[in-house]
Amino acid sequence: MIRLENLTKHYGSFVAVDDISLEVPRGVLYGFLGPNGAGKTTTLRMIAGILRPTDGRVLLGGDNVQQNPLAAKMRLGFIPDRPFVYDKLTGAEFLRFVAGLYGQEGEAVERRIAELLEVFELASWKDELVEAYSHGMRQKLIISSALIHRPECIVVDEPMVGLDPKAARLLKDIFRQFVGRGGTVLMSTHTLEVAEAMCDRVAILQHGRIVADGAVDDLRRQHRAGDATLEELFLKLTGGAHVRELVEVLGG
Amino acid sequence: MRQPSLWHVLQPKWRTALQRVREERSRGGSGKLLLLTSVALLFWVGVYGVLYLILKHVRGAEELGPFLAAKILGLVLLSFVTILVLSNVITALSSFFLAKDLDLLVSAPVDWLRLYLAKLGETLLYSSWMVALMAVPILTAYGVIYRGGLLFIPYAVLAILPMLVLPAVVGSAVTLILVNLFPARRTRDLLSIVALGAAAGLILLLRLIRPERLARPEGFRNLLDFLAVLRTPTSPFLPSEWATNAIMGYLRHAPDPLPLLLLWTTAAAFVTLGAMLHRELFAQGFTKAQEGAERFVRGTFWRWTVGWVLAPLPVAKREFVLKDIRLFFRDTTQWSQLILLGALVVVYLFNINALPLHRGEPVGFFYVTLVSFLNLGLAGFVLASIAARFIFPTVSLEGRQMWLLRSSPLDLRTLLWSKYWVGTVPLLLLALLLTGLTNVLLQVGPFMMAVGLVTICGLTFAIAALALGFGALYPQFETENAAQIPTSFGGLVYMMATIALLAAVIVALWQAVYAYVRAVYVGEPVVVDAWMIFWFAVAAAICAAATAIPLRIGLRRMENFEF
Repeated sequence: MIRLENLTKHYGSFVAVDDISLEVPRGVLYGFLGPNGAGKTTTLRMIAGILRPTDGRVLLGGDNVQQNPLAAKMRLGFIPDRPFVYDKLTGAEFLRFVAGLYGQEGEAVERRIAELLEVFELASWKDELVEAYSHGMRQKLIISSALIHRPECIVVDEPMVGLDPKAARLLKDIFRQFVGRGGTVLMSTHTLEVAEAMCDRVAILQHGRIVADGAVDDLRRQHRAGDATLEELFLKLTGGAHVRELVEVLGG
Repeated sequence: MRQPSLWHVLQPKWRTALQRVREERSRGGSGKLLLLTSVALLFWVGVYGVLYLILKHVRGAEELGPFLAAKILGLVLLSFVTILVLSNVITALSSFFLAKDLDLLVSAPVDWLRLYLAKLGETLLYSSWMVALMAVPILTAYGVIYRGGLLFIPYAVLAILPMLVLPAVVGSAVTLILVNLFPARRTRDLLSIVALGAAAGLILLLRLIRPERLARPEGFRNLLDFLAVLRTPTSPFLPSEWATNAIMGYLRHAPDPLPLLLLWTTAAAFVTLGAMLHRELFAQGFTKAQEGAERFVRGTFWRWTVGWVLAPLPVAKREFVLKDIRLFFRDTTQWSQLILLGALVVVYLFNINALPLHRGEPVGFFYVTLVSFLNLGLAGFVLASIAARFIFPTVSLEGRQMWLLRSSPLDLRTLLWSKYWVGTVPLLLLALLLTGLTNVLLQVGPFMMAVGLVTICGLTFAIAALALGFGALYPQFETENAAQIPTSFGGLVYMMATIALLAAVIVALWQAVYAYVRAVYVGEPVVVDAWMIFWFAVAAAICAAATAIPLRIGLRRMENFEF
């Protein structure tokens, strides 16, 4: 469903993403892990068509995001890490606007808006300007907007940031149900417990390259990590020895 | 605990400013700097030149000379103080209550006095730099005419500086009190309306008292009438008056230390009082500033009006237009500019009506046609300024939400299309109103009326396209305040391009209009011949090119935006 072929992104002389290739099949929840600055957000933004790759290509359901952007983007729901939305629209207006961007309107859209606002407990806020929403409420609104057109795949950057435990749980359930019905989710996260509990497969990025990918059990086997948690595996693969030293320094 | 120095508290601000300069330089921005400096210098030389001539003329008048020179300076400084109080009130709201660094500063162990002084300094700098720059050519003209010598420079700085501090303290204090009474965001809305209403009122007042009468003293019955008109609000308690007395005293070689002493001691006293007020009220005000505006909006009005008119359009275009209209009318800082615009239109038409063309003896048909024709350029310039304020920033204002637009299947042409028409339709209505009413007031013939209306339509399409195109070429995604966006380098380049367009169209049309004037003058029938059609076609081609090319370039640029 989501296919990255030799994806590369340079910012001047800095290589943010270095020749990544990845295949995320239909019906899979794929975790994208990596330390800060590893290139996760840059990769996701290239998949969403917000950034142009320096080299390589992104295919969504067979459509090239660069060459056939409209068809590719029709399949996609993108949830960014920072919830910037129009402050002077109400929640309902924002969702109606996003539905319009996907060419959808009418009674079906109105029902979908009501349904999503209800699910995310925003129904009583639907006629309130977004400027009055909290960070978590904005995040919920953006998640609703990514689901409004019933996408085939969802690309989501740090979905749990700002969500209360109830909403976080709800989102996990929604994503599991979504992949259960044949949808595809590519999710970047720092919360390794979440990744371990939710993801069918993970890819670990470092310095713009994929250093490991596969199911968590496979990764344990590949790297002879025994019963190690994903966190321990992550630290091992991304230079976690420094963390122990850091703890000692901080501990005094 | 040892407190950080004021310099340290302000460090992020000046380091950011330095970094911006470095980035500009490394991007090869020396050409940009050169252009900006040239325009600023040209403006300075213009202001200096005009004032130099006035003061030279005034100095020649034996009795009235020094009185008039002081009066002019007093008037200028008084208007500076008025503008400064208004702009300080608005700036203080951002720097004291809405700035992004406040959470960090308030949560850090920085004492209230340092916080106050740092934010006061920031407010002072942001709201006064333009006035301070404007004062340079004015005071230079005074220094040169009255032979103030080199020492006049530090003396003038000594006189002007406390005059800038006082409005900053007063403005900050007014804001502090207002924020304690209303939530900060509501206060910002309130202030935008009050400030623009006051500015519009001031413009109307200044125009309606007809200052041009001062240029014709023979129209007054006697000297007393003339002086009565000259009378401006003066008071021994106004800091502008103290600064005027200090400067004029020095220039008349009779320096008086009292005005300077008054300025500095009052500034010091005000800063102290302001600091005390800040200590008492800031914490409560800052808490209130966190409150949202909390407004429920049903939002059906635009849906049932504009939405109904746009019903035949595809849903993406319709929703985009509706979204842009809603955002404009719900943002007080945006729609309140219309108050000022209304006042400027009234002044514009008043000016045309005040022209002595149809008073007394009949004025030649040539002048009426000339004024009507040149009015096209002037109306074009007014429209360009309005487009700079309302259309130029539209692409920049999408910046933070561009993730949504770029990740959705929205064709960028649709985005550009909706932004273009949302801006062009109201601009076109205004253009037709300005040109049509002006031509009615001038009593022009049907030929000039038709030329005027058709030309202004073509110009409006091109001006709106240029504003949108240059707005996309020079986006300011980090600036949240729409009013600041046109003051950027891109805004300047846009205005220069528009002036070039106006000049090209006027020159092309002049050939056709000249043929018309000549025919009427010699009493021949007006025939629209091949020569006229050729020049009309040239003007139309210029407008068409100035519409299509910027939109195409803007689209290309938007396709390459990266976030």
